Amino acid sequence: MKETLQKIKEEALAALAALDADIEGLRIRYLGKKGELTAVLRGMGKLSPEERPIVGQIANEVRAQIEEQLTKRAAELKASAMEGRLKKEKLDVSVPGEKIYMGHLHPLTKMRRELEDIFSGMGFSIAEGPEVETDYYNFQALNTPADHPARDTQDTFYITDNVLLRSQTSPVQVRTMEHMCPPIRIISPGRVYRSDTMDATHSPLFHQVEGLVVDEGITMGDLKGTLERFAQLMFGVDTRVRFRPHHFPFTEPSAEVDVSCFQCGGKGCRLCKGEGWIEILGAGMVHPNVLRGCNIDPKKYSGFAFGMGVERIFMLKHHVDDLRYLYENDVRFLAQF
Amino acid sequence: MNLPMKWLADFTDVSDIEIGTYCDQMTDTGSKVEGYSSEGSAFNSIVVGKILSITPHPNADKLVICSVDVGGEHPLQIVTGAKNVFEGALVPVALDGAQLPGDIKIKKGKLRGEVSEGMLCSFEEMGLTLHEMPGAAEDGILILGDVGLGDALPGTDMKKLLTMDGNVVEFEITPNRPDCLSVIGLARESAVTFDRPLQIPTPQVRSLGDGDSIEKYLRVDIDCEELCYRYSAAAVKNVKIQPSPLWLRMRLHAAGVRPINNIVDITNYVMLEYGQPMHAFDYACLDGSHIIVRRAAAEEAYTSLDSKEHVLDESMLVISDEKKAVALAGIMGGENSEITDDTKLVIFESASFKGSNVRITSRKLGMRTESSARFEKGMDPENTMPALLRALELIQQLGAGEVVDGVIDVYPGKKQQTVIPLETDRINRFLGVQLEQAYMEQVLERLGFVCRDGMIEVPSWRADVECMEDLAEEIVRIYGYNKIPSTEFKGPMTQGGRNKKQQFEVRISDALCDMGMDEIHTFSFISPRHYDKIRMTAEDPRRKSVVIKNPLGEDTSVMRTTALPSMLEALAYNYSQKNQNVHLYEMASLYLPMEGEQLPQEPKSLVLGFYENSLDSTAGFYRLKGYVEAILALAGIAGAKYISIEDNRAFHPGRCAAVMVGEITLGVFGEVHPSVCETYGFGVAAYGAELDFDALFQMRKTKFEYTSLPKYPALERDFSFVCSEALAVGDIRDVMLRAGGKMVADVSLFDVYRGPQVGEGKKSVSFAVLLRASDRTLTDEEADAIADKIMKRLHDEYGIVLRA
Repeated sequence: MKETLQKIKEEALAALAALDADIEGLRIRYLGKKGELTAVLRGMGKLSPEERPIVGQIANEVRAQIEEQLTKRAAELKASAMEGRLKKEKLDVSVPGEKIYMGHLHPLTKMRRELEDIFSGMGFSIAEGPEVETDYYNFQALNTPADHPARDTQDTFYITDNVLLRSQTSPVQVRTMEHMCPPIRIISPGRVYRSDTMDATHSPLFHQVEGLVVDEGITMGDLKGTLERFAQLMFGVDTRVRFRPHHFPFTEPSAEVDVSCFQCGGKGCRLCKGEGWIEILGAGMVHPNVLRGCNIDPKKYSGFAFGMGVERIFMLKHHVDDLRYLYENDVRFLAQF
Repeated sequence: MNLPMKWLADFTDVSDIEIGTYCDQMTDTGSKVEGYSSEGSAFNSIVVGKILSITPHPNADKLVICSVDVGGEHPLQIVTGAKNVFEGALVPVALDGAQLPGDIKIKKGKLRGEVSEGMLCSFEEMGLTLHEMPGAAEDGILILGDVGLGDALPGTDMKKLLTMDGNVVEFEITPNRPDCLSVIGLARESAVTFDRPLQIPTPQVRSLGDGDSIEKYLRVDIDCEELCYRYSAAAVKNVKIQPSPLWLRMRLHAAGVRPINNIVDITNYVMLEYGQPMHAFDYACLDGSHIIVRRAAAEEAYTSLDSKEHVLDESMLVISDEKKAVALAGIMGGENSEITDDTKLVIFESASFKGSNVRITSRKLGMRTESSARFEKGMDPENTMPALLRALELIQQLGAGEVVDGVIDVYPGKKQQTVIPLETDRINRFLGVQLEQAYMEQVLERLGFVCRDGMIEVPSWRADVECMEDLAEEIVRIYGYNKIPSTEFKGPMTQGGRNKKQQFEVRISDALCDMGMDEIHTFSFISPRHYDKIRMTAEDPRRKSVVIKNPLGEDTSVMRTTALPSMLEALAYNYSQKNQNVHLYEMASLYLPMEGEQLPQEPKSLVLGFYENSLDSTAGFYRLKGYVEAILALAGIAGAKYISIEDNRAFHPGRCAAVMVGEITLGVFGEVHPSVCETYGFGVAAYGAELDFDALFQMRKTKFEYTSLPKYPALERDFSFVCSEALAVGDIRDVMLRAGGKMVADVSLFDVYRGPQVGEGKKSVSFAVLLRASDRTLTDEEADAIADKIMKRLHDEYGIVLRA
């Protein structure tokens, strides 16, 4: 009987080694209910009680060995089948992917969002207002009465004698101050209109972002600090800011603000026309007449305001030399940003 | 304002400061410099030459050979074709290597075989005109003797001889500082900026002492004191009209003003130096020895000295004699009183008019002059007399005539001096600096303010200074804006960022981009013809637009009430550029006039538009509807109905729908009408949608409440049947939903088929109905019962029977 078992074992292992598919058939043949090994075990009853445990042990060992080899062989076969399949399935990865077109925000929206995000992070909220405005909000409330000489420098589109297309987003500041108590920290982005014929650098419609802070104890130093921080976030940490005295009717003192050229770092290049500085902003301390007009006591509160052109910054940052691209909406242009 | 630095030197000495540094520092203290150039930068290496001899040219009849002494060891040989040269003449000589205006370079060379070592110049070749060089030959070489330079030494640099060897700085003066539109104003700023002494000499006018006096000649009355604050005048007799001396002509030239004659030049010179516009007129033309400053009569005719005719109105101020207007106040003199070569007695006017009135008149008449540009900004009435005296001083200095003793000065509009307390602490707190009171006072005094007992008296020429903040600016611009320490603002915390609606816009925009659409920005103003292009009827209320009174052109003359034309324009532009498969959207503002309201409403419209170069004819509409449904899904808006719209003329009547939620229309979309497509030049179908963004925002889902996930499995029953083409799938679905009751979890369309087997005018439709109970597993029998109910209802309502 021992010999039979040994024989079965040898046969089974040999068959296994030669096998390349039907593992299950082999298992049934040897280990199944009607299998060869099972048949042998069934004949154990005929053995003497002394022989029985010895043969039993051998039979179990044989069974265990066959099972182990069966499992091992099965794993081998699976692995080689997988290997074969993967080889067959190899693709040319250089073939282009399926076309999924991603749209693009308009560059002006991107620019505006970038500006909004910077100021939002400093605690400014975003205020909007009408584009068709009254003369009062666009001029008079901004310390620019009807006979003010500064009115000549801005050519305005009029609807009626008292209604116009806003020439700046500052009317939003006035509207905000009228119904909000300090502390006020807002930016007002949006469309503005001036009577300029369209060319590479002018457009009758363009976008501004203006800012306003009003509170007790706001200083011109705060204005400088805020714009410095802004310039560094917008144009890079090494950006420096320069203030030059200027005049706006609604601020006093007023300044034009340059940033060190973000292309050459201030050494002078084509972008900054060799100056090392680029004019970006107008700014100043809110004129007491403007505060007073909004029922804010200039003896108690002070504030600063600033404004910039979105198109201008966009064009400088991305070296776009013709403003008209922004309103032509050619997708080949839009898809570049 | 162009400032010749040599002129500046009459009042303050900054000659040791390098010109670049001067410009930078002036900009830093508030006088913005646009740039600078050298007066004679147009030419160099031109010197005085004396023609020693002239000999014929051996090879050319029209040329001669000159031997010219240019101050060197040997005379130069120069070939010229000019006819007006003669031996002994002094002429400008461009040497070898000289530069002439227009980038012309002079090189030694040969002319018809004879060496020419330079070129004899005309005044034009030096960039000058007869105005600067009166008496010179109009064509031919400039003979220096003709222009009073007959005693120049050969070899002298022409720039030096013509006093063109200085720099001219160009300033951009802000409208609040008319005082800086003058050499003296800029001298004051320069002196403070560089801490130099400022000297403004008082004009000295000698008395003639002949017993004559101005009163014998002239009486002045101001009829409307609200428009004329001061009128000062003087008379000059025995006038000799002639060119001004070279120095004066060249100073005007450097400042950009054309010399005319001594009297006119004096008025311009004083205007540039003092900032005070002056006017001179011929006394002989005055009727009645009487000047009246009055409003023009309605439709009064007036001819200005540039020979242009104008019709005036009562808002305009004129200088008049007893019969006629002789000048338009502050703008331009009249032809009838112009200074001519025969003028013998001149009246000088130095006056102060109301700025805004001059501005309005000059605008109305389209006359903008150097004088009006200054008056507009408000001129200092205190300045009229010093300017007048300076003009008289120049008359005597130039020997241009005899100044009649006395002046007339009518001054009804004397302004009270502004006095402001110097609140040192407040100024320091406001600016964020710590400056001593002594420093503040010193700066202000140097700028012409007077400090007395803590009070600041504002000089008359600084009408722009009215309050503490103005003083703060004066102090800090001289101290240096860039020296203010940068700080962070303090105070209570504020919540920054976008509001809910702005956030919603960001969300929708981002999603549209991710769906493959590019965002566009189009102009808010359009041509009213755009309404025609989208086939709007003449009665359409959307044609009522906000109209711009002074548009740039018809194309941008009304504020749009729909952004569909702008979208189609952008799409069509892309189509014309041969861009394939273009999908666009815009968050567009509209402007809707409101009855009885001053301002229009400005709702936001979300406009979609696309074309694809190859797309099945019905697929486009459903692609578009897919976008609309996606936007609604994003906003969480459920229960939208899509209603066929046949009368929106912009769209294909069979392929246009309104999307409605309850009674509210969220928008209209569809295939653009083929005629509209043709108008815009599309060769393929275009699709467009206009959604009411404000309504989308209002109706968006804001409350999200949990419903438990189904515990029991669902059963599906499919329905396929043939029905009339006229029956809308949406209506069938509604019926099925209602018929099935609460067990119906969903009804979804999965096929629509048309073809010969189905028959003309019919379609085959297939729905899958999902059935589920919330408290148990439905049995097949229950499901069949519901299916039967649905079928019965379909049969009852539409006569539909299941397809075998």
